[in-house]
Amino acid sequence: MGLFVAQILTGLANAAALFLVASGLSLIFGVTRIVNFAHGSLYMLGAYFGITLMNTLPGAFGFWSAILLSGLIIGLIGVIIEICVLRPVYRAPELFQLVATFGVILVIQDLALMIWGAEDRLGPRAPGLKSVVRIMGEPVPQYDLALIAITPFILLGLWWLITKTRIGILVRAATQDREMVGALGVNQSWLFTGVFFLGSALAGLGGAIQLPKGGADLLMDLNIISSVFVVVVIGGMGSIPGAFVASVLISVLNVFGVAYLPQSTLVLMYVVMAVVLLLRPYGLFGREEKAGEHGQAGEPDRPIRPAGLYGRIAVAALLAVLALIPVFSGSFTQVLLTDIIIFCLFAASLQFMLSTGGLVSFGHAAYFGGGAYAAALLVSYSDTPMEIAFMFAPLAAGLLAILFGWFCIRLSGVYFAMLTLAFSQLIWSAAFQWYEVTGGDDGLVNIWPAKWLSGTNAYYYFTLIVGVGGIILLRHLTHAPIGYALRGTRDSARQAEATGINVKLIQWTAFSIAGALAGLAGGLFVFSKGSIFPNELEIAKSFDALIVVFLGGVKTLSGGVVGAGFMEVAKDWLTRLEYWRLILGLVIIGVVIIAPDGIVGTLRKVSERIGLRRTEEFMK
Amino acid sequence: MSLKTLIAASAALLAATCSSFAADSIKIGEINHYKRLAAFAEPYKKGIELAQKEINDAGGVLDRPLEFIFRDDNGKPGDAVKIAEELMTREGAVMLTGSILSNVGLAIASLAGEKGYIYLAAEPLADALVWESGNPYTFRLRTSTYVQAALLAEEAAKTDAIRYATIAPNYAYGTAAVAAFKENLKKLKPEVEFVSEQWPALFKIDAGSEVQAIEAAKPDAIYNVTFGPDLQKFVREGSLRGLFDDRKVYGLLTGEPEYLDPLGDEAPEGWFVTGYPWYGFTEGPAKDFVDAYMAAYPDETPKIGSLVGYMTVKSIAAALKKAGSTETPALLAAFEDLKVDTPMGEIVYRGIDNQSTMGAYVGTTALKDGKGVMVDWSYKDPVPYMPSDEEIKAKRPAE
Repeated sequence: MGLFVAQILTGLANAAALFLVASGLSLIFGVTRIVNFAHGSLYMLGAYFGITLMNTLPGAFGFWSAILLSGLIIGLIGVIIEICVLRPVYRAPELFQLVATFGVILVIQDLALMIWGAEDRLGPRAPGLKSVVRIMGEPVPQYDLALIAITPFILLGLWWLITKTRIGILVRAATQDREMVGALGVNQSWLFTGVFFLGSALAGLGGAIQLPKGGADLLMDLNIISSVFVVVVIGGMGSIPGAFVASVLISVLNVFGVAYLPQSTLVLMYVVMAVVLLLRPYGLFGREEKAGEHGQAGEPDRPIRPAGLYGRIAVAALLAVLALIPVFSGSFTQVLLTDIIIFCLFAASLQFMLSTGGLVSFGHAAYFGGGAYAAALLVSYSDTPMEIAFMFAPLAAGLLAILFGWFCIRLSGVYFAMLTLAFSQLIWSAAFQWYEVTGGDDGLVNIWPAKWLSGTNAYYYFTLIVGVGGIILLRHLTHAPIGYALRGTRDSARQAEATGINVKLIQWTAFSIAGALAGLAGGLFVFSKGSIFPNELEIAKSFDALIVVFLGGVKTLSGGVVGAGFMEVAKDWLTRLEYWRLILGLVIIGVVIIAPDGIVGTLRKVSERIGLRRTEEFMK
Repeated sequence: MSLKTLIAASAALLAATCSSFAADSIKIGEINHYKRLAAFAEPYKKGIELAQKEINDAGGVLDRPLEFIFRDDNGKPGDAVKIAEELMTREGAVMLTGSILSNVGLAIASLAGEKGYIYLAAEPLADALVWESGNPYTFRLRTSTYVQAALLAEEAAKTDAIRYATIAPNYAYGTAAVAAFKENLKKLKPEVEFVSEQWPALFKIDAGSEVQAIEAAKPDAIYNVTFGPDLQKFVREGSLRGLFDDRKVYGLLTGEPEYLDPLGDEAPEGWFVTGYPWYGFTEGPAKDFVDAYMAAYPDETPKIGSLVGYMTVKSIAAALKKAGSTETPALLAAFEDLKVDTPMGEIVYRGIDNQSTMGAYVGTTALKDGKGVMVDWSYKDPVPYMPSDEEIKAKRPAE
């Protein structure tokens, strides 16, 4: 019994920092609709500033004021990020800001390394709270009790702010209907900045308050972000009490998971999230998305057309050059191009469901990595010839997508995205923790192509044919009846339904096709590298694809492919430099601000303006 | 800064780095996670640079300067494979080295075996590199995890502890480290039981709960494999809740400065650990290395990574010298039973499994001037602790 109580208390104490960070994220999302991936970075900065301040300010007073001060500083940093990075892109297509926040993550990672150095910092202990209290015979740290006592006050304070003050009324109004608040004469941009300040300050507080239980290190930004998302989604996006209940739920569950299912600690959280989303699609305390909230923002989409004569000639010329590469270039160029083509196919498969179908997936890596693992498992365990194993990759990924898609398409908007994320994390944790089968973190190695494909030249041509074939197939599908139907479901599900289109079936089909082609890319990948590891299933991989689709231009057909090519080449160059993450982050932010239509969209506009291309008929 | 200036600046920087390459140097491709695991990669890089400077100041190898090309793979095996190809086919590297993470090491090793590139895996901890997934082109410098676990098991078997708890990060290295400890301890003392096995996710430990779970099993002794930020949190919660009182604790790698230093005055006392007690050397090559390192980097103390980086370069230089050429077949032959003089004494790259005989320091942790140190330490030769030649042959794929 004593142990049981002590475990609950540990869970409650762990919930404190998680709740602070999650409530900040939830608040920011509720009002600005920005999914702020850089929130984990703010948490990390909070921890670093906290340590620095605690080391300068003496005693208990210094300790607690250091925590408050770090919250304040991080709040101000949040304001700077909002004004410099996000404000210029509020009018860009939905979720475009997400890409900007990625740039911010990269920049903050390198800045933190420059300022605080590489060594992990251990947090100072809280003065006066350094020992334990015996509760029913079990030792409970005093600081844990302090955290348990503080959290309800913060919850209460936030609740008071949101329900009882004028600012709170504005925040709630903006959460429900942004445009109406603007129409009533409220200065939206300052409201947004204010909310960003509060949300960031909460993340900073979370980072500083956990110091006596941990410390500061350069990996903590990405380590916390997935748990924070789980909490926000389970609680309901935008709901503060939801964030509180969910962080307590996840933390307590985790304590018991550690004690009774020690090897399943990773999986548990995502299983809970998937179950909650299936039973309550908008989280425990969330409200249904208002229709139209996630429709298309900004200018209307242009009608799509097959490429014109010049376009076809240009593509044919490019393909001819690619086909001749082995003749006049070294073998590394082919290795690099193989990587680029594979990534282009992966990005194109995401773009098919994202741009044409309006289905934003945060977990597309599950199908890329899933296909790769499927082929690798066949080779490792049954010595299947490479040709058969390769064909199994898209098949297995497609089946996986059919299975997960059936659940996911029931939801829409951000909740759809979050469920895809939950499923992809399930696959990732299975690959990571099912050591006997997948080799865990040590992956599956020695998965090389058949003899006739083993040369660099041969594999390059193989990738070129399969990869370009896949991309052309996707483009063709966009112009086929299913593509038209898919765009119908994206632009107006209700009208599409009224014209006799089975909306869910069309979306499900698109989801599965995108999954199968991602699996095809995964199959190409595994045989080109000779090995596969869980990191190809990570969130970061899904986000890579997401970033390049937005960078290339989400409202274009070729955006994904162009963006992927641009990104791979840029990375290949930049990773040779000392602070390449900083530069890459700035490049991403730069592209987002200068070219909010993406690379292809901007090129199209520029060429229209200078008369190289005729303006589309419907724009006149 | 506009996009244009950025691109121009990066291009200029790139041009500057390229032109500084001397025309006739021997190039070694070094791939590592300089950003992702900066805390471990930086001392390692400094060790390499120190040895490189020493060798080049003395006239280089085969009358040519030795040049390391450092490339960052961001901790991704796929990127590492691409960079390895580039280093070998475009940059003209004669062989590859690097990686701290086991999975990146395994990916490069697999490529090395397929394409016939020589790869000296300096730091990765997975024994699969030289055993289950070994190949003729992959060599490994660092003491194997199996041996380090066996060293701790030997000491553990001397006590009367029967009930053991283990805590290890839930990934391949952690699993292998626990399996090796169990195997060796059971061999020496069949009556031991393992009453609790904890598997926190790497760098995501929930220390309070882990400590409660171990305490609930009431073990006599604890075997710890956690490291880095996980170790810090585990030690703090464990000391606070009295988990380590009256219990023997065996810590794999816990005595390495990378992990002991950040703990400061909270470093645990009385743990039996493997590590690197550089502060305890008084004479000989071990002391010479420490002095040279601190003279080259006055603000730093050596880490085990620094030593591994240094020994990597010395091994490569010795191989080149023995081969008398930079051709792969000659180098491959040279690595066979290659003898290298290092700060740890002479080591040999064993012909049977391409593993070096770099040993390990074991000792007990203590606090000195508010810092964790190892006392009563000794250097252990790994050879007696390795699995038998037959066992290794059975593990390694046929050549």
